[in-house]
Amino acid sequence: MSSAKTERLLNLVICLLSTRRALTKAQIRQAVPQYAENPSAEAFDRMFERDKDELRELGIPLETTSEGGALFEDEVGYRVDRDAYALPDVHLAPDELAVLGLASRVWQQASLAGPAARALTKLSALGIPPDQGSLIGLEPRVRTAEPAFDALWSAVRDRVPVQFTYRTQSRGEVATRTVEPWAVTSWHGRWYLTGFDRDRRAPRVFRLTRVESGVRRVGEAGEYEVPQDHDPRLMVGDQSVERPVRTARLLVRTDAGQALRRRAITVSPSPAGEGRDELVVEFDDTDAFATELVTHGAAAVVVEPDDLRETVVRRLRGVLTAHEAAEGAA
Amino acid sequence: MSESATERLSRLLAMVPWLLSHQGAPLERVADEFGVPQSQLVKDLELLFVCGTPGHMPDDLIEADWESGKVYLANADAIARPLRLGIDEALALIVGLRALAAVPGLGDRDAVVRALAKLEEAAGAAASVADSVHVDLDRTPDPEVVRACDDAVRGRRRLHLSYLVPHRDETTERDVDPMRVLTVDGRWYLEGWCHRAEAVRLFRLDRVVGARVLDQDGAPPPSARSRDLDAGVFAPGPDDLLVTLDLLPRSRWVVDYYPVESAEERPDGGLRVRLRTADTAWLRQLVLRLGGGGRVLDPPELARAVTGAAHEALDAYEVGTTEG
Repeated sequence: MSSAKTERLLNLVICLLSTRRALTKAQIRQAVPQYAENPSAEAFDRMFERDKDELRELGIPLETTSEGGALFEDEVGYRVDRDAYALPDVHLAPDELAVLGLASRVWQQASLAGPAARALTKLSALGIPPDQGSLIGLEPRVRTAEPAFDALWSAVRDRVPVQFTYRTQSRGEVATRTVEPWAVTSWHGRWYLTGFDRDRRAPRVFRLTRVESGVRRVGEAGEYEVPQDHDPRLMVGDQSVERPVRTARLLVRTDAGQALRRRAITVSPSPAGEGRDELVVEFDDTDAFATELVTHGAAAVVVEPDDLRETVVRRLRGVLTAHEAAEGAA
Repeated sequence: MSESATERLSRLLAMVPWLLSHQGAPLERVADEFGVPQSQLVKDLELLFVCGTPGHMPDDLIEADWESGKVYLANADAIARPLRLGIDEALALIVGLRALAAVPGLGDRDAVVRALAKLEEAAGAAASVADSVHVDLDRTPDPEVVRACDDAVRGRRRLHLSYLVPHRDETTERDVDPMRVLTVDGRWYLEGWCHRAEAVRLFRLDRVVGARVLDQDGAPPPSARSRDLDAGVFAPGPDDLLVTLDLLPRSRWVVDYYPVESAEERPDGGLRVRLRTADTAWLRQLVLRLGGGGRVLDPPELARAVTGAAHEALDAYEVGTTEG
């Protein structure tokens, strides 16, 4: 079944690429055996209409023209321009093809693996000798484990508003969101959608793992514009928040705190002794640094600044409170 | 077979130019290039064989010969050039190259930049969509470390690593025969045969304190096998300790980062999760990091270890555990 159709489509593509003058439907019916075998004109019409659509979906630039000349009056003609069809000759150097191979493998565990491999095949077909020695020993790659990836990336591509249910990070609430998707971004190994949230009338970041439903298209393609200055990495990473760099003084057990010692500006014996060193460490994000310090337990103690010290102490008390509550409930 | 006629057509249109420029390629090599079994490849060739330009006389048809096990193709002028890149295709490569170009310490950045420029030009309008997808890889590793690992992998040299193990709070010295440098979930790792562990190990590059390429052959032993990392780097075993945690809503992120055996919704919007770990030190640190956003329900020894560590730390701060 599928074979006959593929054969028909391939013959149609070859037929339309081989002709310099646009062909009428009748001429095409003559030229493609699988059409000619079709006895009914109506059935042929329907088949040809579907086939045209499918070729266009593949990206084949099928031209229609009504300037057929005297031969076919006002009838529409069809052809595919070879230059519009073909990949331009890119003149890749062997090392460039090699890095393109590496770039295609970025997607090997991801939903764009197929298109990436196909693109590489097309470029390899241009006849560049393969570069045997690998130039780079690195394998960067991304995964798209999130089920919403395909639907959201195609919505971004087509600029179509979408709707989905989403669980917020802070409170775990689930709500329906209507979004004009701007971009999808992989940051720290996770996928995020940036876009304009129509309900909240503001730009928002959505994490794809928290999309809890299917993604439904709720508008037309090209319905909105993505702001020219949109930088998803800034929005996702929240790097726009410039925090001042501060220094902390820590007392760290002499046998501990390897990671802290690595980033310390100075390490000196603690004046109080106690088997501790005094470390001076730079930090900019109090919460993140407190999170790291808590994991060191008693091995690292903040002397100053006070707010960092208090944050660590509050976290430690929080751990105790949470576990005492558990005992109380049991 | 669920492949649609257009999917197959798309492959055939890519296959013809490729075969024309790779005359005599062995069947298995072609099947591999196009990701199909050899039986399917033969069906594809049989199909090409009966297609051609209008008229469909023998001279009009595509010539395909694969009897010797090597594929030869001719008389396919109309489709001798590959179809231009589709939007998804252009995007996949452009985004991949851009991610590559941002890697610190990358060896052949020049080739990446040149390839990117040519590809963007060739892709035309399709390239503009590439701005809508970004892959931001970890940029934290020291470029010197990346370069040393890259050199060692390509030159098959042994590496000496000073490697920090945070949950044991120690820096270890080891010789490693490198197998590959890769990213998993956004972080860079070196996978290699560790002579200290006598096993394949993954090393996070941002924890490599020092890396030196040694003047020694770095081929890993034949028994060394790359780990399947498709499911991430955390691969708990069935013998690992089973832990039950309650997570407040703000700590739900834990299930995005670590594989859990089960996650049950709780009325407060949080989760009750069960996960396996071989390393209780790691888990104790995780719960401390949550700072009250999570609690260990089971096993009770682990809960005691967590509260013990918190008590001890508060004592070190010389603040009581009851005030405040």
